[in-house]
Formats: sequence, C-alpha cells, structure tokens
Amino acid sequence: MQAFFDMLGLGSSAELLSLSPPGWGGNLLRGLANSLKIALGAFGLGLVIGLFGACGKLYGGKVTRDLLAVYTTVIRAVPELVLILILYYVGTDVINKISEAMGGDRVEINGVAAGIWVLGIVQGAYATEILRGAIQAVPVGQIEAARSFGMPSAMTMRRITIPAMMSFATPGLANLWLIATKDTALLAVVGFSELTLETRQAAGSTRAYFTFFLAAGALYLVVTLLSGLVFARIENWARRGQPSLKGAR
Amino acid sequence: MQQFRAFWEPHRIVMAVIFAAIVVWCAMTLRWDWLPDYAPLALEGLWRTIWILVVTIVLGFLLAVPLGLAQAIGPWYLALPAKAFCTVIRGTPLLLQIWLLYYGLGSLFPQYPWIRSSELWPYLRQAWPYAVLALTLSYAGYEGEVMRGAFAGVKRGQLEAAKAFGMPRFTMFRRIWLPQAIRSVLPTLGGETILQLKATPLVATITVIDIYAVSSRVRSDTFIVYEPLLLLAVVYMILAGVITLLFSRFENRGQRRAS
Repeated sequence: MQAFFDMLGLGSSAELLSLSPPGWGGNLLRGLANSLKIALGAFGLGLVIGLFGACGKLYGGKVTRDLLAVYTTVIRAVPELVLILILYYVGTDVINKISEAMGGDRVEINGVAAGIWVLGIVQGAYATEILRGAIQAVPVGQIEAARSFGMPSAMTMRRITIPAMMSFATPGLANLWLIATKDTALLAVVGFSELTLETRQAAGSTRAYFTFFLAAGALYLVVTLLSGLVFARIENWARRGQPSLKGAR
Repeated sequence: MQQFRAFWEPHRIVMAVIFAAIVVWCAMTLRWDWLPDYAPLALEGLWRTIWILVVTIVLGFLLAVPLGLAQAIGPWYLALPAKAFCTVIRGTPLLLQIWLLYYGLGSLFPQYPWIRSSELWPYLRQAWPYAVLALTLSYAGYEGEVMRGAFAGVKRGQLEAAKAFGMPRFTMFRRIWLPQAIRSVLPTLGGETILQLKATPLVATITVIDIYAVSSRVRSDTFIVYEPLLLLAVVYMILAGVITLLFSRFENRGQRRAS
C-alpha cells in the first residue's frame, strides 16, 4: 500500500492523512463525526419546528400566521453566519442568566448542543415552507374522507396527511439535509471543532494546505453523494403505490 | 387604497405598534455611542459587500451559461467535466472552498519566483482576488445546474422555427435560446442572488473587510455584542429586500414585452 502511494508521489500525503497519531486522519474523522451529529440533530429539530410551523401557517389564527411569516422571512433574509452568532450569544446569555438565578456558576456550553440549537432554528424556517407546500399538495378529499370517518385531527395528521405529503416533501427535505451538512462548516467560525475547523488546524500546523482541504472536500462530497442515494430510496418508498412518473410526458 | 385597508387589519396594527415600541426601546436603551466612530468604516464595508456581490454574480453567470449549455447539449467530453464541476461545488461547503483557494494557492504562489516577479503579484498578495474567485466559482456551480434545466426547457419548436428561417447557429443561440432560457430562470435567479448575498460574509474569514467584518471589529474593540449584530441583520434584510424588488421589476418587464 505504502509503495503504491510512493509510486504516485503521494507518500507524504498518505502519511499526513494516516489514522494513527503522527497523521491527522483521526482528527478529520472525529471532526466529520461531530459535523454529522450536529447536522442530524439540527435537521431533526428543524423538522419538528417545520411541522409545527407549517400547521400554524395553514390552520393557525391570524396572529400565529403573521408571526410565523415574520420568522420565516427574517431567517431566510439574514446570512446564516450572522444568525449563528446572534443565536449563539443569546443562547449562552440566557442559559447563564438562568443558572445564575438558580445560584449556580457560569456554564460551559456543549459545542454540539449549541450547534444543533443554532442550526435547528435556521433549518426550521426552511422546513416550515417546504412542509407547508407539501401539506397543501395533499388532495383535500383525502382529509375530508378522514374527517367524515370521525378521525380526530391529530390522528388525521398522523395517519393521512403526513404519509400522503411525504412524496411531495422529500425532494425539498433532501435539499435541506444537504444544506444542513454544509452549514455545519459555518460553526468553524464560532470555534466548534467540526470537520472544517479540524482541517484548518491540521493544515495550519503541517503547512500542507492542499492535502487537507482536498481530503475534507472529498469527505463532504462522499456524504453528499451517499445522502443522494439514501434520499432517492426514501423518495421511492414515499411514492409507493403512486403511478410511476416515467412516460407521463 | 383597498389593498392598504386589507393589509391593516386590527391585529396587524397592534403588532406594528408593538414592533415600533421594541424599535424605540432598542434605540433608547441599547448602546449606540460607537456608531459615529465606525460609520465611515461601515460604509466602506457595505460598499465592498455590494461590490463583491455584483462582480461575482456577473462573472459567475457568464461562467454558468457555458456550463449549462455543455450539460444540456454538449458532447460527453464537455458534459462530464461540467457535471463534475457542478457536483463538487454543490457538494462541499463554500467556507472550505474559500479556505482551500486562499490558504492553498496563497501558500503555493510564493514558491515560484516568476509569479513573485510578475505584474499580478501585488494583487495576488491581497485577499480579495481569492474571495472573488471562490464566490464566482460557487455561483457558477449552482447556476450552471439551473441553466442546464433552463436550456433544456426551451421549446423545440422555437429552435426549429429559427432554423427554418435559416438563422446561423450563433444568432439562434443569441436571439432565441438564451433570452428564453434567461426569462424562465429569472425567479430562481432572484433567490440564488439572495443566497449569494448571504454567502458574502464568509469572505471576512480571509481578512476581506466587508460589512460583516466591520461588525466583528466593533464587537472585539468595544465588547458590545448585540447592537452591531442587530444592525448587521437589518442591513442584510434591507439588501435582500432591494434585490427582491429589482428582480420582480425585471420579471414584470419581461412579461409586459411578451404580451
């Protein structure tokens, strides 16, 4: 293996990227794991916010609807980097105020939890719009049929609306997941040790900038391509029973 | 007038009053005494943000047209690299791309004496060429994918009609294909431009002083956290609003001419 890399002139790169301590590969993988943890958590939190937001926008009162419109507009107009800073400072301030009021000391915030909270709020705004569109695309007759059978509204949501809207929502949600994985890189600016920051530290201390940034890029690309495959399967599953779109045009 | 009345329902008036009260409270109780000291720097940063945005969008779009065309009708040896470029750009974070170009190329160039002695060296030593390059490539990657769909979406009959009139291929592209593709893509283009605006603060991480970098400097100089960030968010919202307005005006003009 080593001889093969040496033959290609990549011997030093392979050494730098090896998983055992003189190499930095382990650090990169740890960063990747942190990135994926934050992305998964933020995506999940975003979905929950999005589901409530979409229901609020569709079935809520006037005030709820206007407040949600303000939320989605503001989040989508302000750069993620600025939102991350604002939410980060607000979050730490609030938690510290609470802990001081209860007689505790200042708390050190867990990086992963803070990242999930910050990115989840951002994702929630996009998820709200995606899910709202998907719910609206469900034929009204199906929901009316459920009501006429006397289903309570929570059960209608769980059994009829959500399964029926899945096929409309998956393409948008797939996109949103990719945004989530890429947005975790922004947390490097606040100093969380996710993939991009680990890469920069490794590159800075070895001066092998191209090796490490290209390796990290390859890792992100693998995540993107694999997610593409997974979401294609999910979409197939969500479309089960629907007539095939092939040959429709 | 009717629209006006339909918008100002009672609950909206109450919300507007509450919002105004919050704004007044912010203006009265928060600290704004740093504002006069940093105003010239902030204006400079704002100008740099707008300048980078406009330049990268124009260059990126010029690059996106051949990328989209290559993917839509090009032979495989053009289509494949174009597709690979778009996939790589869209699959990796922009921050990583910026750092790769700035730190990677920035550490590579000084090793070659002929680059150091060339006319371009004074520019290559600064940060903004790398920022412009990275943002241009990123916009081209996203837009190339959009343009592929737009080129493929133009009706066949239109192109056949042009051919039947004996138009040369380039005239056909310039007069029929490109204008129709651009018109169909205008709404998406507006959204992508706002996304690009939201990507500009990343250049602050490689020492380009844009409006975001100015707010960071205020924060580190004076330890005032929320006021510069809030003002920054408002500035970006205003810019996004202006972009939306501009594009809706473009779209309206396109439609009026069509009818």
